[in-house]
Parts: sequence; C-alpha cells; structure tokens
Amino acid sequence: MSPRELLGRVGRYTLLSLVLAFFALPLLWLATAPFDRTPEIAASWPEFTLDNVRELLDNENALRSLRNSVLLAGGTCALVVTLSALAAYALSRVRLPGRDGLLYALLLLSSIVTGTAAMVPLFNLAYELDLIDSRLGVILVLTGGLLPSAIFILKDFTDATPVSYEESARVFGASPLQIVRHLVVPLIRPGLATIGVWSVAQVWGNFLIPFLLLRSPEKSPAAVVMYTFYTEGGQPDLALISTFSLLYSLPVVLMFLFVSSRYGFRFHGGIKR
Amino acid sequence: MVRTLTRRARATIGVAVAAAALAACGGSDADGDGGAVRLTISANAVLDGKNTEEAAWIEDWVIPAFEEEQRAAGVEVDVEFEPSGVDDEQFKTRLALDLQAGSGPDIMTLDGIWVGEFAQAGYLEPLPASAQPGGWDGWEQIPEAVQQLAAYDEQLYGIPWGTDGRVLFYNQELFAQAGLPAEWQPTSWAELLDAAEALGELDGVTPIQLNAGTAMGEATTMQGLLPLLAGAGEPIHDGTGWTGASQGLVAALGLYQDVYGGGLGDPVLQQETQGRDRSFQKFADDEIGILVEGDYFWRSVINPEGGTAPMEDRDDTVGWALIPAETPGAGVEGRDFASMSGGSVRAVNPASDQAELAYELLTFMNSAEAITAAAQDSARITAREDVNATVLADDPMLSFIADEVLPLTTFRPPLAEYPQVSVLLQEATGAVAAGDRTPAEAADEYAAGLGEVAGGAG
Amino acid sequence: MPADAAGLGRARAAAFVAPALLLIAGFLVFPALWTIYLGMTDYRLTGLAAAEPAFTGLDNVRRALDEDQFTHSLGLTLQFVVGSAVLGQALLGFAIAWLLRERHGALRRLVEALVLLAWILPGSVVAFLWIALLDREDGTLNALLGTPGTAWLVEHPMAAIIVFNIWRGTAFSMMLYAAALSSVPPSQLETARLAGASSWQQLRDVVLPRIRGHVLTNLLLISLWTFNDFTPFLLTNGGPGDETEIMPVFVYKTALFNGELGYGAALSVLMLLVNLVIALVYVRLLRAREAAS
Repeated sequence: MSPRELLGRVGRYTLLSLVLAFFALPLLWLATAPFDRTPEIAASWPEFTLDNVRELLDNENALRSLRNSVLLAGGTCALVVTLSALAAYALSRVRLPGRDGLLYALLLLSSIVTGTAAMVPLFNLAYELDLIDSRLGVILVLTGGLLPSAIFILKDFTDATPVSYEESARVFGASPLQIVRHLVVPLIRPGLATIGVWSVAQVWGNFLIPFLLLRSPEKSPAAVVMYTFYTEGGQPDLALISTFSLLYSLPVVLMFLFVSSRYGFRFHGGIKR
Repeated sequence: MVRTLTRRARATIGVAVAAAALAACGGSDADGDGGAVRLTISANAVLDGKNTEEAAWIEDWVIPAFEEEQRAAGVEVDVEFEPSGVDDEQFKTRLALDLQAGSGPDIMTLDGIWVGEFAQAGYLEPLPASAQPGGWDGWEQIPEAVQQLAAYDEQLYGIPWGTDGRVLFYNQELFAQAGLPAEWQPTSWAELLDAAEALGELDGVTPIQLNAGTAMGEATTMQGLLPLLAGAGEPIHDGTGWTGASQGLVAALGLYQDVYGGGLGDPVLQQETQGRDRSFQKFADDEIGILVEGDYFWRSVINPEGGTAPMEDRDDTVGWALIPAETPGAGVEGRDFASMSGGSVRAVNPASDQAELAYELLTFMNSAEAITAAAQDSARITAREDVNATVLADDPMLSFIADEVLPLTTFRPPLAEYPQVSVLLQEATGAVAAGDRTPAEAADEYAAGLGEVAGGAG
Repeated sequence: MPADAAGLGRARAAAFVAPALLLIAGFLVFPALWTIYLGMTDYRLTGLAAAEPAFTGLDNVRRALDEDQFTHSLGLTLQFVVGSAVLGQALLGFAIAWLLRERHGALRRLVEALVLLAWILPGSVVAFLWIALLDREDGTLNALLGTPGTAWLVEHPMAAIIVFNIWRGTAFSMMLYAAALSSVPPSQLETARLAGASSWQQLRDVVLPRIRGHVLTNLLLISLWTFNDFTPFLLTNGGPGDETEIMPVFVYKTALFNGELGYGAALSVLMLLVNLVIALVYVRLLRAREAAS
C-alpha cells in the first residue's frame, strides 16, 4: 500500500467516524432518559429503572394511540403508493399534454396545503363531507398532500427503467395492467419501498391534521397523544415523554429495518442505464 | 418466518392489510343508546395527561351524577366527555373551527380571555334568564371581580369556575443567608430591588426571576409585565383603546432594566425555549431567590407530592408576598399592591340541539357540590367563595390568594387582538432584558406595533 | 424519452392517472384555491372579522411587503435553505454516498441506518433529542466540547437549526446520490484512474457530468421541503426574539397564535411564489444541462 493510499484510507475512516458520531450523538437521550428515575433534559447516565415504562403501559391512551397511528399510516401509505405508482407509470410512458407543468404546479400547491394556513378550508371540506372524527378523512387529506411529491419521485424511477421488457411482454399479449403488476412493479420496488417508508414517516409525525379532524380519544394517533404529556402550565413530563418517544419511534424503526433488509433502501436499485 | 411466505401470499396480505386499514377507518361511531338525549362536554383535559384532575372529575363525578339526577326526573341523558390535552392555542383553534362550522360540543371549557373574541364572532351567546344572576343562585357566591372572567360588553356568556393570582415567591433559606427577614413584604419596587441586591451577594444564586421575552410566551405578560404595569397605575387597555407608550409602561420596563441590566437576573435564561421550566428547577434547587408566579407554581410545580420540580421542604422554605406597586398607592385605583388573574369559564354552544338541558348541566357543573368534588383531591382556587372557604382551609398559600390577592387583582381585556398585543409586550421586555433597547425605546416600538395590530384587526 | 412501450394509449393512461388526480383535485387543489381566496380577505378565526370577513384584495400582500417581519423572515428562510439544504444536506449526502460507494459491510449498513433514522423519527421526538444535546447546563455537546454554559440555541440559533436540519434531512440526498453513483460505469472511473486522474479530477470529469440530472432533482426537492419545514419551531419557537422565525414558523404564529387566517393565507401564497421562483431556477438549470449534454 502506497503512502498516498494509506493516507486516503485513514482520511476516509476518519470522515466516516465523524459522520457516525454526528448522527449518533443526538440519539443518546432516547437511549438513556426512558430508563432514568429522574430524567432531565440533558442526556446523563441513568439511575436505572423500568418504572417509566410500566407507568406508560398503564396509560391506556399510549398503546391505543400507536395502533391508531398504524391505521392512519398504513391507510395513507397504501393509497399513496398505489395511486402514485399508477400515475407515475402512465405519466412516464405516455406524453399527456401539459404533463411536466402540471406536475410542478401540483408539487408547489402541496406546500400550501401542508402549511398551517390551509386549516380552515381543509376542516370545512372534511366537515361538509361528513369526515370529521373519521380516520378516512385524515387519510384522504394527508394523501392529497403527499401524492404530488410521491408521483414526482416515482416518475423519476419509472423513467429510468428500460422499456424493452414491456415491449416484448406486449408482443406476447400481456395487458397493460399485467405489465404494470408483473414487470414494472418489481423493477421499481425499491422506489415503492422508499415512497412507502417516506409516507409512513410523514403521517407518523403529523400532529395538526389528525388533531383538527379527529375527536374521539379512541382514535387519537401517537403524534397527538405525545402532546398530552404536559402539565397545565405547559411543562413537559419528561419521564413519560422520553419513554413514549422511544415507544413511538420503535414501529418506524422496525419498519425501516424490515424494508431495508427486504428491498434495499435506495433509488434506481441495481438499474444501470 | 416471512421469508417462507410465497410472493403471492405476501402480496395478498399486503392488500388485505391496506384494505383493513381503510375499512377500519371509515364511518364514525353509531349514535349511542337509542332514545337517550346526548350531550358532549369538551375541555382541554385528558386522563393521565394535561389537567388530569379535571378530566377525572368530569368522567367520574359529573357524568354519572348528572345522568343519575336526570334519570330520577325521568329523562334519559347520555353525557360524553371529549378530552384533549394540547397547547391552549391549539385547543382554541380546533374549538373555533368547530364553532365556525356550526358544530362542536354542547358544553365547552374556555380560557376566560377567549370569551370576548368568541362572543364577537358569534360563537357564544349571552346566558338565558335561567342561568343569569337571579335565575341561578350560584352567582351570589362568585365575587364581582371573578364574574368579569365570563363577561364581555356588560353581558355574561358563561360561568367562571376557577381562577388564580400572581405573587412573589421567595426562598426563606436564601433570605436568611442574605440577612433578609423570613416574613417579607416589600412595599415598593425599590424595596424589591434592595432585597435582590442582598441576594446577589450569595454565590451561585440568581436573585430574581422576572419573566421576559417571547420564549416564555404569555407567562412573560401575565407574571411579568402586566402586574408591574398595574403597579405603575396604568391599565393596558382603558376601555376605549390600548394605552401605548405610557409613563407606566416606561416605568415597568425600567424595572426590567434594573433587574437585568443590574445583574440581578439571568438574561440568557429568558431566551431559552425551556427557560421557564429551568427557572422552576432552579428555584427548587435553591438557586433563585425570588420568583414571580401564579399559584400554579405552588400547586403543581414545587408541590412535594406530584409537582414537576418538587421541593421536599416547600412548606418550610417557601414564602410568598404581594407584588408591590411602584410606590405605595401608585397602583391602579390607588392601590398599594397589584396582581393579575386569569381563569376558566364553561359555556354552552349556541349551536347545541339541547340548549335547555345543556344549561341545566352547566349550572349543575358549577353547583357547590360539584365544584367541591372538583377541588377535593387537588386544592385549587375556585370561583365560588363558599367552596373556597372549605377546600382551601388547609392550604395557607391558596387561602392567601383567595383572601388577599383576589380583591386587588386585575384581568386582561378579553379582545381578539390581545394575543398580538401580548406578543408585542413580550418583545419589549425581551429587548430591554437583553440590553438591546432602553425602556423608552422599547415602549415606542410597542406603540408602533400597536398601530399595525389595531390596523389589521379592524 | 421512453415511448409508450406497454401500449397504454392515452385513454388508459388517463385512467391510470385519474384516481390520483381526483384525490389531488379534491383534497389539494380545491383547499389550496380556497386558501388563496382567504388570502384576499381579512378573515380571522375569532372576533368580529370571523363573523363578517371582508374582501380586501391585495391588502394582505401589501401589508406583508411593507412589514419588516416578512422580509426578515424570508431572508432567514433563504439562509436556512441555502445553508442546510443546498450546501449541507446535498454536500454531506454526496460525501457519504461517495465514501460508501464501494463498501458493503457492516460499516455501510450502520452509517446508512443512523442517517436514515434521523430522517424517519417523528419531529416531536427529534426536537427533544436536540434540545437535550444542545442544553446550556448539562447538554451532551457542552460536555464533549468542554464549553459549559454555552446556550447554543440562544447564542447561535440560526447555526443550530441549520446543523439540525442537515442532520435531519441528509438521508434523502445520500440515498439519491448512492443510486446515481451506482449508475456511473466503474470502467470509466478505472480508465480515468489509470490515466492518472486524482480523486477530485475523477469526480469532476467523470462522475459529475453523469449525475447532473440527479443533482438538480435532489436540490429541487430538498430546497422545497426545507423551505416549508416547520420542525425548527419545536427547537427554538422561532426565537430568541425572531431570530429563527423562518417562513413556516411565521405563518404558524400568524394563523394559529394570532388567529389571522386571512393574512396567514396570503403569506402562504407568497411562499408559494418564492417556491415557484426556486423551482423555475432549477428547471432552467436542468434544461440548460440537458441541452448542453
């Protein structure tokens, strides 16, 4: 190994260690505070206890809210992935008039609807459609906001897949839907997985929409319940919040591990242009 | 495990899960038991979360007791509680969204400061005769000052049920170390500053915590500037308009300059997002000498039982005193001392299908028996004097608020622009505390800001 | 441009797009247009203006342009976007992808997992993590750097939220660039290396020309997302004072705290216009590159 190569290698490992430290450091609190008898805002070596966990498991809102989050995130994810895949494929393969302009316009409009100022229109829309206190309402509103970005990203994927398979499948008499299901979906699966995880993460963290549209405590998702661990004066109950944070994060982490081990977590996976 | 499933089976499961998720989401609950009249109560309270005592009281006491009473009278009522547990601003937003659409709960709990703007918007209506003074005997127990909480433009829109008051809390141990008396009652701002100077001699002690800046939010206005302003003889709103860059405002901001410019307070703490929580913790750790707060601080923060910054020796170490006027007699209406109060109000939704029954429930919830039940387990200052006399008897601090503070306290003007005005005041205190502006400059900026708020508020 | 290989035809293509478009029309375009209309009124959630909102045309826009608060907030937002997205996330994401490009072991999985974790954890949790990290008195960072008493969120608030957002959002760029790099044929790099090109020259002459399109797609998306990102509010509340009051926070405070929904809506429309300008710049760059290559 030449000195220059050695230097390069040392440099590379140093950089990677710095990256690791940068991304790991903030996560410390999540690892210590839930098990601390007297958690404070700073990460510190815990005086180990499982009391916080026990207290949380006794809180009926906590576990139920995770189930609700799964329902909301699952529903939204299914809708976003299905609808955006179909739309992205069609937009990628067929030149519809005004396609690009439309996509950009929708992408921009989505920023209005995901902001705070649109809450009155969204609320009144849901109210008129009798979708207040209905999970379906939350799912539809969230899906509407996420679809443009999802289509945008997925169209990039489908643009990058070779069309030769589709041509031969067509020669052998496969219908367009069959082609999409058996040829295109497997090719863009890493993209679908990415969109799926992304949409779940967006719903999982969204507070405002479910808070405004849902009423029954039985339907509150974790993002809303997270905000209830404050006292009358607005002080956070750190024991509950840190423990709940851990519990609240686990499902998305598990989903991520599952998806990344199954599909790999990247764009244009393995496709060489 | 998953690997053994075939591709097709996985796909089927995926679709089934998605379909189930969607199906489970559709449709709202079928309406309760047939025939029963249904009422909903909403409050920013939730079991095991924010205001858990209030939630428990509604679910475990109010609902069964009211349903029982009505059943005895031959009416089947099904009362439901719609809990919440979020920031007050978020709760208010959702409630207003409900009300503007003509829906919402039958009975709602409001911060008293919202009454005016809700009434202006038509979200609340004046009480019917049956719940007015004369129609409902509970009003005789509610002091005139506290009645203001539910009033707007000479009309009552709801019934107040709880209130509070602000005082100076001080650490008697630190006072002893600094050679100050254990029983302390300053009668002017100068005396307050003298005590702070003496505390400044102690190592590792911040003499005084006077909330400043926007990070503390409304706690800056309520526990900081407004009591000082009242002590300088100046109301924030004189009934026709906001008072602007008045002498009193410059004087009040001058006290901020004395505290933070003179090294008697910690200006960085005021700007931290968690600054208020940290100030509580520091007081509990004997690192802050004097702290201006409401009785909430006593009940829920330094309470050795269940407080968020418990002080084992609270009852022996913590003293309290009235907030003095600038000089004796300089306060509003010539008072020697000043305080601010807020509180909550319950009201009936004008869009309720069952208004008459809802008003019955409202007065029921404010009866002596109900309020006593609410304050039994966790003593707090209620709107009713008869209840206070019994439930506060064991707590000298809360009795002090009820007996000494409430008679001289002031309330905020219940107007829609108030939150913006409050932010302007917070900015003024923040600029002075950070040393960026003199009191006069900050007061002028406040007055300029008022012009924009009043212009935009119509 | 890929042709209609599956024989979809316009009608079927329209049928594929229709469900998404219908949902978007109902739950995105319609409320967005309504919001734009609200931006032309003095509507408030409570008070007199809630009962009788008045049509005020472009008054709100004029007020915003007159107000220092708006220009201040816009300036901060641009700093935030350039610092954390364009420079921070894009460069760090590329660097990580480049460093990991030929690795497949546990180290790669570990780095990727941590970076992605930062991306998918819920915002409210992440905010607590960073408040704990940057705490003034016993924060982890102060302990590490030996700088006790430094209130990072007060003394360097913009820098703090920029670094925070780099941490939060680098994952997307990392993934996108990892994919883009895998599309560069190794043989070309090998040729360049044999010709004596340094790493930097390889990057500039071989890699960058091939991934330009990806770079611009990435920049477009992360710029728009960062522009509309509300999470820093959970860290600083827009403070101290208004030092971190980026546009989404400004709109949130206007709409939710002040209840000024008309003005808040007008601000969102102005944000949309700025977003439009950003998008146009990128699209132009993309076209210019495509035409050049």
